Amino acid sequence: MAGPREPIFLGRETYRRRRLIDAMRLLPITGGLLFLLPVMGSGGTARSTALAGFYLFVVWFGLILAAAWLVRALSRAPGGVGSDPLEPEIGLPPETERASDDPVPGPR
Amino acid sequence: MNSNILISVSLVYVAFLFLVAFGADKWARAGRGAWLRSPIVYTLSLSIYCTAWTFYGAVGYAARSGLEFVTIYLGPTLVMVGWWWVLRKLVRIGRAQRITSVADLISSRYGKSNLLGVIVTALAVIGTTPYIALQLQSVTLSLAVFSAEDSGAGLVTSDAPATALWVAAGLAVFTVMFGTRNLDVNERHHGVVTAIAVEAVVKLVALLAVGIFVVWGLTGGPSDVARLIEASPIAEWQLDGGRWAALTFLSAAAFLTLPRMFQVLVVENVDENQLATASWAFPLYLFLMSLFVVPIAVVGLARLPEGSNPDLFVLTLPLAEGRDGLAMLAFLGGFSSATSMVIVAAIALSTMVSNHIVMPLWLSLRRGGASVSGDVRNIVLISRRVSIGVVLALGYLYFRFSGGGAALAAIGLISFAGIAQVLPAMLGGLFWRGATRVGAAAGLIAGFAIWAYALFLPSFGTALFSPEMMTEGPWGLGWLRPQAFFGIEGMAPVVHALVWSMVVNTTLFFAFSLISFPTPLERLQGAQFVNVFEHSQARRGWASGVAEAEDLLIMAQRIMGGAQAQTLFRTQAAAQGKSGYLPDTTPEFLERLERELSGSVGAATAHAMVGQIVGGAAVSVKDLMAVADETQQMLEYSSQLEAQSEELSRTARQLQEANEKLTQLSIQKDAFLSQISHELRTPMTSIRAFSEILRDGALDGPAQHHYASIIQDEAIRLTRLLDDLLDLSVLEAGQVTLNIQRAALGAVLDRAVAAANSASDGRALDIRRDRAREDITIDTDTDRLAQVFINIIANARKYCDAAKPKLTIWVSKRKSGLVIDFVDNGAGIPAEAEAMIFEKFSRLTDQQKAGGAGLGLAISREIMNKLGGTIAYLPGQGGAAFRVTLPLVAE
Repeated sequence: MAGPREPIFLGRETYRRRRLIDAMRLLPITGGLLFLLPVMGSGGTARSTALAGFYLFVVWFGLILAAAWLVRALSRAPGGVGSDPLEPEIGLPPETERASDDPVPGPR
Repeated sequence: MNSNILISVSLVYVAFLFLVAFGADKWARAGRGAWLRSPIVYTLSLSIYCTAWTFYGAVGYAARSGLEFVTIYLGPTLVMVGWWWVLRKLVRIGRAQRITSVADLISSRYGKSNLLGVIVTALAVIGTTPYIALQLQSVTLSLAVFSAEDSGAGLVTSDAPATALWVAAGLAVFTVMFGTRNLDVNERHHGVVTAIAVEAVVKLVALLAVGIFVVWGLTGGPSDVARLIEASPIAEWQLDGGRWAALTFLSAAAFLTLPRMFQVLVVENVDENQLATASWAFPLYLFLMSLFVVPIAVVGLARLPEGSNPDLFVLTLPLAEGRDGLAMLAFLGGFSSATSMVIVAAIALSTMVSNHIVMPLWLSLRRGGASVSGDVRNIVLISRRVSIGVVLALGYLYFRFSGGGAALAAIGLISFAGIAQVLPAMLGGLFWRGATRVGAAAGLIAGFAIWAYALFLPSFGTALFSPEMMTEGPWGLGWLRPQAFFGIEGMAPVVHALVWSMVVNTTLFFAFSLISFPTPLERLQGAQFVNVFEHSQARRGWASGVAEAEDLLIMAQRIMGGAQAQTLFRTQAAAQGKSGYLPDTTPEFLERLERELSGSVGAATAHAMVGQIVGGAAVSVKDLMAVADETQQMLEYSSQLEAQSEELSRTARQLQEANEKLTQLSIQKDAFLSQISHELRTPMTSIRAFSEILRDGALDGPAQHHYASIIQDEAIRLTRLLDDLLDLSVLEAGQVTLNIQRAALGAVLDRAVAAANSASDGRALDIRRDRAREDITIDTDTDRLAQVFINIIANARKYCDAAKPKLTIWVSKRKSGLVIDFVDNGAGIPAEAEAMIFEKFSRLTDQQKAGGAGLGLAISREIMNKLGGTIAYLPGQGGAAFRVTLPLVAE
């Protein structure tokens, strides 16, 4: 996705936002690893349902809190919560220019 | 508890839901439904992921397999928390491409291929049918619990099929009423979504209430529950890492690909705020839904008699404890879970069936296309309604003939594994430009076949696959045993089928994508999907100017209905500043219209319909080049922009110049008017005064003569002014007749110099000429040409401010024509005045010595125009310099 127009240096705000987005991207990976942790290296041995359940729910809730915090931080941007500073603003696609100089098809 | 009460409460609840849906629809239509689009409603609508399988089945699952049930929620949690990876892009594409269903997404991505649309639709219908059966089963089971309690005295009978039939019929009515009420823009259904949000609250509250009752009412709080868990049959969590990971993956995949989830996640989505909020709020919902599952399971196992169905603990525990109200709430929660899932699934499936199967068939049967007679709107609505009926009937039939599988979760997982086959084509289509239609079709068909063979068909029990086949394989081919391919045993059937189908699906998808070559439209769509953030909304625009607005209106009326189409057309026309119902068919208008239509009949069909009328549907070479070389595209775009801005600044400069000129002209005109009135008035005043003296007659001869000559001089001055004005107006009106003669240029110049020198103002002007160069014959109106020369020479005499005024006349012959330069040695004309000197009434100085009215050069310019030549000021010659050009005579 990163086109040739990607700038090398970004302003401070933009830089912070990019790192927040990175954290957002990292979140599911972290969560996935933590959810898999109890089964890794268990080698088929059994674990206590109560303890493992407690662990899973704590991780789960932590994940929710982290996601909520990140969304809150991300939504402060003027472009909206889903905006990425490296992506061009929506609204002026090259389309308008392209359409106008397309050869106009003849009458039906 | 009396089951009549149960039935009444259920009916009241259903009526309430109808009211909610009706009210929300009404609000939305009245434009007052901003809160309908709030992130909370969106999050709650996602809760259709939690079906009756979750509501009842999770406890059963936990009672059987301990903690494994959470995998079904961990997958969606990871997908939601990782929204920046997939969902953000999916939602953006869904909006940019006006996607109406998961089948539409796949079809649209791979070149609007209807084949893929049909495959995904078939997959979705087959995968969802068992799931709908599951919901019907849960409702009948839960009703049966009450009727058993009631010893069958009420309305509720133990006749499960009849109950299921009633429920299915009721759901069909609700779905048809609110799901196909109108062909809505972008397939959004505010009524349905709001009703589902209400149901989401009911099921959460119900499950939490049962959980709280169990933890604090039946046991002594969390620590007590922990002790109970340790003592229960599921105290030991039998870890199976493969199964754990596989189920988490499966639920994540299904969350993205289930038609009903796609409907609420993508199609009903309005903006990214909804998604961002849901990214943590929906996991929280899931978290709360599963928080009390294990406690309910262990308490149920401990308290209820041996052999009770753990799938119904949520209901039977409160009943056994005599808490009828709580049981009623739990029943409503389960009922909500089942109904909301069925409603959304039926809407999503009916959209797919009607857009990808019925409409293409209908369009191809009617060769004339959308512009011939026939009400498309009715066809679409009827096909949707029939599809809803068919989907629910299929669910009911599956329920009847599968005999109602014992464990609810099994059916759910089978369904998940089936629809998850869409995942490779979906993700590949979102992130890989190289994914092709052939690859997607190969992967889908193979994955679908393996799923059906290894999981779906065996689930019907021995009716389809005999026990011998299951253990020995078909025709004794052991490596083809449905649940142990290549003899790899020991995997649970679901995991086995999932692993094999996904591996083969993904492999074929990549392999066939690599070896096949995409069509132009595929490549275009691929670029627009994968690079959606670089050119959001970048779709092929319609070339304007050929579509007939009236034809479009006729078509739109058939699809959207008369009033709605007319409103759209009129507002669009008004936005363009036109009155009436027919706007100009600008690309913007066509885009808008297509978007509106695609909300009714799907993107591909709407595109085709507008294309039939507009005629410019094909992909142009230009598009392809842009796709083939994106860098080129970017360069093209930026150079276009550059050229545009250059043109703009050029125009702005010209405008500024024109404006400057206009302002100056206006000032000059005012100045001239006052001056000309002054100049007319001064001679008139003296004429009047002296003629009065003459009339009184008390004058001697010489004085009389003197006064008379003053009067005559003034009259001549007036006449000259009026002559000039008249001359100019004749020239400008083009009424002048030229008297073309053949003459030598030298002779004309001689005449002009003589005439100019004869003027009474005796200032000496040294005129230098090169007579040898002037020996050129010209065909022109010599009198007029001489007039121009006289004017220039006279000006030099009047304005040249050098001590010894000198005028050089230099004739040269060029390819462009004959050039005569008049250069004096004065100060010249200041740059800011250069633009003005040829204008009428312009005079550089207000000095009286100018003598004329400032018309000389204006007249000269008009004359030169008439003669086919030009007169221009030549700056930078060390004095005032005028260049006269004349066309050369063909000799």
